[in-house]
Amino acid sequence: MTESVAAVPAHTGSRSTRLLGLATLAGIAVVLVLALAVTGPDKVQGDAARLIYLHVPVAISMNVGFGLCTLGSVMWLWKRSRWWDTVAVSAAEVGLVFTGLTLVTGMVWGRPTWGVYWTWDARLTTFSLLFLLYLGYLVVRRLPADVEVRNRRSAYVALLAFVDVPIVYLSVSWWRGLHQEATLSLSTTISGLMLFTLVLGIAVASMGFLWLLVHRFRVAWLEDEVEIAGLDLAITERRAEAASVEVPA
Amino acid sequence: MDPVAKDQVVRLRAAVSLLGRFPALAGVDLDVERGEVVLVRGPNGAGKTTLLRACAGLVPVVSGEATVLGCDLTQAADRTAVRRRVGLLGHTTGLYEDLTVTDNVRFWARACGATRAESDAALAALGLDGRLAGVVVAKLSAGQRRRTSIAALVARRSELWLLDEPHAGLDQAGRDVVDRLIRSAAAAGATVIVASHELDRAGAIADRTVTLAGGTVVVQPTSSVLASTSPHMRTDRRQNEGDGETEVLRVP
Amino acid sequence: MFRDAALVAGKDLRIEWRSHVTTNQVAPFAVLVLILFAFALDPDRDVLQRATAGLFWIAILFSAVLAVQRAFALEAADGNRDALRLSGLSPAGIFLGKAGAIALELAALEVLLGIGVAVLYNTTWSGWLLLITTSVVATIGLAAAGSLYGVLAAGLRVRETLLPLLFLPVVAPVLLGATRAFEAALDQSPADGWSWVTLLTTFAVIYVAFGVLAFGSLLEES
Repeated sequence: MTESVAAVPAHTGSRSTRLLGLATLAGIAVVLVLALAVTGPDKVQGDAARLIYLHVPVAISMNVGFGLCTLGSVMWLWKRSRWWDTVAVSAAEVGLVFTGLTLVTGMVWGRPTWGVYWTWDARLTTFSLLFLLYLGYLVVRRLPADVEVRNRRSAYVALLAFVDVPIVYLSVSWWRGLHQEATLSLSTTISGLMLFTLVLGIAVASMGFLWLLVHRFRVAWLEDEVEIAGLDLAITERRAEAASVEVPA
Repeated sequence: MDPVAKDQVVRLRAAVSLLGRFPALAGVDLDVERGEVVLVRGPNGAGKTTLLRACAGLVPVVSGEATVLGCDLTQAADRTAVRRRVGLLGHTTGLYEDLTVTDNVRFWARACGATRAESDAALAALGLDGRLAGVVVAKLSAGQRRRTSIAALVARRSELWLLDEPHAGLDQAGRDVVDRLIRSAAAAGATVIVASHELDRAGAIADRTVTLAGGTVVVQPTSSVLASTSPHMRTDRRQNEGDGETEVLRVP
Repeated sequence: MFRDAALVAGKDLRIEWRSHVTTNQVAPFAVLVLILFAFALDPDRDVLQRATAGLFWIAILFSAVLAVQRAFALEAADGNRDALRLSGLSPAGIFLGKAGAIALELAALEVLLGIGVAVLYNTTWSGWLLLITTSVVATIGLAAAGSLYGVLAAGLRVRETLLPLLFLPVVAPVLLGATRAFEAALDQSPADGWSWVTLLTTFAVIYVAFGVLAFGSLLEES
């Protein structure tokens, strides 16, 4: 997965990502056709329920991204693995985008179905806090600092966020459990073609997530390579200072 | 790698330390024996502060060899271990503005395990046990704050003292106090490394001088060459050039 | 570790005693928040009384942000962070000391706000055991989480804006749990409240443990 610095690539594509990208596009097309045309509308919610084929897959990818970020952070703290740290930041960024998508699709689904843009059910509430936690992680990541410090700080922020998420979810579901649970779900059990479409949707979303992740990873990796390669040059320049300074005898 | 001699307090070989991306130390070689007083001089930006902070274990050494008091400065655990054994007097005061002189010194002394008696002795040695004892640090002058920081340092009774421009901003009396302090520390067997521009004063106390520039040691003369380097003498030295020990390099 | 914690907490409280920042600035701020809520909501229609628990805890949360910032601003000043690292104090001890001092300050604020709410919102407090237990546990959680993010943000130029962004989402469950427990106490049905106390205790335990283990790493700048 690593490009050599000497090669200075013009872009981060490669044969495998091109294949992946094409497969994702094809998959999206298939899912769209299935979701919009072939499967039937939900008995109660009507056509709005078709958003499930987008909302659920995107939500699952978002969670996977969050998990990867946490895993990457743990591996960095444990093994000082630069590869894993780069996975962490890439997963966080792509995950943030997917979280946004999840929240938006949730809102678009909720409006025609329940008449409201937002419902304070456990999942959506947790997801919105997750968005903020991810955001905090990325803000900390971008603070100017030495690489070690940056990686360590953001790894701890990721861990703290990870530990917090189940607590948030539990507390909100206890809270909202006492009230009418206005969740985004279908009124009938999913089976047959609908199930197939959903599973396909999940697969396609995962492929899209992976494609974005790989590219983001490569960009982050190359950025760090530039920093590291710069060090030897900086040392040489620094020592040259000594030659140009008058040393009082 | 040669084994570190038992009496060698500091041993650096091609040590590199970074401040962010910038190599503040770009390959330093340094040897300091136990009980020596070493003056480190050099232009601003040469890396003197970073050198002292690295020896204190605050800044990691990313490449090369670096051993201080038997601790390997490239390893995080050793860096933590070396910290409580050295005493660093930096540019900053390390004092709490809202607490009094006495409170500050007692806190920092107790933090490193010194007794109340030791901190009181330090306050007395620096003349801080009288009128100034109950004064809040925020109300002190810069020189008085420096003396308070020094008192906190004295109470630690460290094996290695790292003083970063200790005379700066002090009046004559204050500078005399610092000189006395360095002498008594050396007399008590501690090793002292002083970074200073006060070449006459510090040079008179130091056993030898090391010159730092561009993050490296430019010249490390042996103790036979004393660092008496007031500017008006420079031309004379240039004329006496030939011993190869010192080099005068061109100013851009 | 505990000796170090006591030393650090004592130092922080002594500084507070001399500088009166919590009493002169944070406490008035907290009361101000209560008053502003009254301006924003309708004081004549029992809204304030019904929302008391939530408003109380929001005021405490905002005050906690200030308290944490103050606690770590002390250390960011003039090389104190270096001095702490050089001092030989165990980082876990420093964490417990700082969190402990923050917790005590917050506890004092809670008493003050409790009185404030009784007076300003016409609320009568009841279910004292539940109230006190909830406060203790929630405050410990807030202080622990605050200390973790406080040390991370300390010394950064952007710390004033970064700390709330990091701290507040993470302590949202504390707000939730403490508010529900308080409501249960006020509604005279404490049985519901105790399960929230369990949640708050879990939060506190997790974050104290995290702090003890990770504070040292976070204290390092390099």
